[in-house]
Amino acid sequence: MTNTWQDIKNANVVIVMGGNAAEAHPCGFKWVVEAKIENKAKLIVVDPRFTRTASVADVYAPIRPGTDIAFLSGLMRYLLTNDAIQHEYVRAYTNASLIVKDGFAFEDGLFSGYNEEKRSYDKSSWDYELDEQGYAKSDDTWQNPRCVINLLKSHVDRYTPEMVSRICGTPQDKYLEICKLIATTSAPDKALTSLFALGWTQHSVGAQNIRTMAMVQLLLGNIGVAGGGMNALRGHSNIQGLTDIGLLSASLPGYMNMPKDSEVTFDKYMETKLFKPLRPGQTSYWQNYRKFFVSFQKAMFGSAATAENNWAYDYLPKLDVDGYDILRAFEMMNNKQMNGYICQGFNPMQAFPDRGKIRRGLSNLKYLVVMDPLDTETANFWQDYGPQNPSKPTEIQTEVFQLPTTCFAEENGTLVNSARWLQWHWKAADAPGQAKTDLWIIAGLYNRMKAMYAKDGGAFPDALLNLTWTYADPHEPEPEEVAKEMNGRALADVNDPATGAPLLKAGQQLDAFAQLRDDGTTMSGCWIFAGSFTDKGNMTARRDATDPREAGIAPNWAWAWPANRRILYNRASANPEGKAWNPAKPVIEWNGSKWVGVDVPDYGPTVKPSDSVGPFIMNQEGQARLFARGLMNEGPFPEHYEPFESPSENVLHPKVKNNPAARLFASDKEHMGASADFPYVGTTYRLTEHFHYWTKHALINAILQPEEFVEIGEALAKEKGIEQGGWVKVSSKRGQVICKAFVTKRIKPLMVDGKPTHVIGCPIHWGFTGVARKGYGANTLTPFVGDANTNTPEFKAFLLNIEKTSAPPAVDVAQGPRDAQGVPKSLTKMGSL
Amino acid sequence: MDLSRRGFIKLTGAGLAVSSMGALGFGSAGTALAASVRPFKLTAATETRNTCTYCSVACGILIYSQGDRAKNVKSSVIHIEGDPDHPVNRGTLCPKGAGLLDIVRAPGRLTVPKYRAAGATEWKEVSWDFALDRIATLMKQDRDANFIAKNGAGATVNRWNTTGMLAASAASNEAAYVTFKWARALGMVTFDNQARV
Ligand code: SF4
Repeated sequence: MTNTWQDIKNANVVIVMGGNAAEAHPCGFKWVVEAKIENKAKLIVVDPRFTRTASVADVYAPIRPGTDIAFLSGLMRYLLTNDAIQHEYVRAYTNASLIVKDGFAFEDGLFSGYNEEKRSYDKSSWDYELDEQGYAKSDDTWQNPRCVINLLKSHVDRYTPEMVSRICGTPQDKYLEICKLIATTSAPDKALTSLFALGWTQHSVGAQNIRTMAMVQLLLGNIGVAGGGMNALRGHSNIQGLTDIGLLSASLPGYMNMPKDSEVTFDKYMETKLFKPLRPGQTSYWQNYRKFFVSFQKAMFGSAATAENNWAYDYLPKLDVDGYDILRAFEMMNNKQMNGYICQGFNPMQAFPDRGKIRRGLSNLKYLVVMDPLDTETANFWQDYGPQNPSKPTEIQTEVFQLPTTCFAEENGTLVNSARWLQWHWKAADAPGQAKTDLWIIAGLYNRMKAMYAKDGGAFPDALLNLTWTYADPHEPEPEEVAKEMNGRALADVNDPATGAPLLKAGQQLDAFAQLRDDGTTMSGCWIFAGSFTDKGNMTARRDATDPREAGIAPNWAWAWPANRRILYNRASANPEGKAWNPAKPVIEWNGSKWVGVDVPDYGPTVKPSDSVGPFIMNQEGQARLFARGLMNEGPFPEHYEPFESPSENVLHPKVKNNPAARLFASDKEHMGASADFPYVGTTYRLTEHFHYWTKHALINAILQPEEFVEIGEALAKEKGIEQGGWVKVSSKRGQVICKAFVTKRIKPLMVDGKPTHVIGCPIHWGFTGVARKGYGANTLTPFVGDANTNTPEFKAFLLNIEKTSAPPAVDVAQGPRDAQGVPKSLTKMGSL
Repeated sequence: MDLSRRGFIKLTGAGLAVSSMGALGFGSAGTALAASVRPFKLTAATETRNTCTYCSVACGILIYSQGDRAKNVKSSVIHIEGDPDHPVNRGTLCPKGAGLLDIVRAPGRLTVPKYRAAGATEWKEVSWDFALDRIATLMKQDRDANFIAKNGAGATVNRWNTTGMLAASAASNEAAYVTFKWARALGMVTFDNQARV
């Protein structure tokens, strides 16, 4: 989230699209209700299903899964043609005026530079025209046809209301009502907030879905202001933290990048990270990359990282592909290119697409390690659980370890919420039985492997042997010690380079990332967390909920990265002269000598408005980007591409139907279904009573939602003769699920390109372990293809068929694994067979 | 006197019971009765601040556990409710958070390390030492056999891509960072988390 949960109450209009906050984030959604009651805000919901969020909306519109870019591009067209944009904001704070190179073009669904064989783009034409000093050329009058704003206008011109309705199936009148309401927030003192989640990310165009809405928000001047922003509601309790710390294949902590094979030396690596300003006088804060990186290497390798060995650059692995994401990992397993896999609190059997492929992949491993508080399907993949998990254990040669871990109630530490707050939590109870913390288990493996390498040698032991491990108890680091290590400290006395004045004493915890150095005198495990654990103490444990002016900031509750800033880009909440766009809800303002307000300025605290430094200080332009340059893989502007499994043609460019830059492995291509065999659109989602695949282990949740079902509309039920609560067989090209049908009024057929299109909703929560009834899991059905930038699987739009069937026999629904004769052990135990 | 909130409730609760009984004229019989009344369960519990483990709204919770954290005393959770001081949830919890007690005490909670040998049809309970020794050995064998120190072009790449890891998105930052350090120091590249699913 750019803003906070409480800040939602400051919005004038709220749009929930690509999420279902009332059911998936209920206690956060209260702030939408607060906005409605206290701020007379209007709520818009766009969703294939009439959700509980929709039930309290002022305007609801249905949409076909996977067509959000068409909807939002049409919205941009509406705003631009009706002149409902915040002119001063767009001119000063976005790259609307910058001039794009001559070679850039878009034709028949493809941008310039496409290589069909590689399914990727040469992005060199997706950039600005530069002047002699290397600055982007600009035309503030917007006369030049190659200004970003003019290219954008012509790009979205195809998305007329008729076209939007044809692609999305959204009735035109509803769509136009929504456009009109959103346009009201182009007034400088009005704000729209966008709340979204997996409904936008889990598409082959996921990242572009979000980007399109961000562009809408920029045109309306709604980024950086109170009640505005792009608010990713996020999923797991610490998904934000794991992303911040870089536990992703191509990441390092604090949004730095893993080195690639092509970056053979540290200098070569740094060449692409100089981030020279693209407009005069801009901050371009990533210019400090070297300081973040060297301090990170010092945190990792201590005195083994020196200027002479390029700060131990060679100790880091280099990537030969864009990333070893989850889809690639399981493709490799299926090809027998992997031997071991460790699942730490992660259940890929249920969570990943095409369960059959996941099971086959795991069966090819030599060893699998599962660390979890709960008995997961992944740990038991080798057992025969009948149709929900058919298997022949004697034929599976994988060694499997199941290691019991503590849960949240049994450990100390920080989690990062979706508003980027690091909140400390305290241990309340001891672990059951012999369960251990992840810190103890990882330390146990580290110590053992270190000892083996020290004694016997082996492949490149240097990085492991030199890893900093200065914890008081090397067998179980204390969370406080690790939190301090991520914050960072001075390794020597640090003086101001200009004046020589002492800044930090050796050993002192850092107060802020501005203190980081690139000469090895500071260390910080995750630079964006600098300031979270200082010599004043653990800032993340603060519990002062005071909220000046009830602004929704609560600056002394816990600690938010970066620098305890609660609203990102908040310089943009004020006009170029430094006065708040909305005088009733200022965030920061210029008082003549510095920036003051309810939040920490996202800006130089004493930089004068007359210096014309842009508010988007991380960007080389100082401005937000309506034109993404080379930062997205499928194009600098968003474009509508159909999901990989879709019931209709791409009416905009039939020859380029799907995302041309998305990766599809050859073996998965064969497992893509056609609408002739699978005529209905499937989408997966979560219920308010369940959290992923965990709560089927919790009795109360298992009682509330005991068994697997799909949700279908009345029209489809009638057509297929399916009764309320009747058994159905739901199938895709990849597998089938036998479960009950829930027939509702919440899903109605959509008219897509003149044809009625039915949607089938598949809640995801069941499996073959836990106290809820045994189920298959919706990911038995989902396709193995992901977003072109992130490889997030396309769980939200795929093709299905559905048939009425009879109730399965008792052996198929009996809990527990089966014995060698194929009889469920639970039945033999009870003596009923 | 250092009086915690819990201790304060306990004191005043018991004091009130005794004095009101006395005031009603029950005399010493009243005192005995008051002593036999089951005290409000939570007054004897330890209160701990925590956050909901499910979604990233990260609602504040209060966990009540039995046991006073003395050495050799195992404490266990008996009640969980919303933290009224928390600025986001202000004491409320959703149907997931309201059932947190049942996940802490779920029948499917694991308590012993288990091992399944290649081709075996059953789990076997094992010691932590067996499990960690065996895993470390398997990892080292695989790493030593498949580590790529230099690529085809002769550049140093120090990568290991035949063992991979999925990291837990409900683990704390601290667990995550130590995991990161260990995995990357081994050269592991097939490394991901729930951000995508
Ligand atoms: S109580 Fe509900 S809304 Fe709050 S963090 Fe837990 S799951 Fe999320």
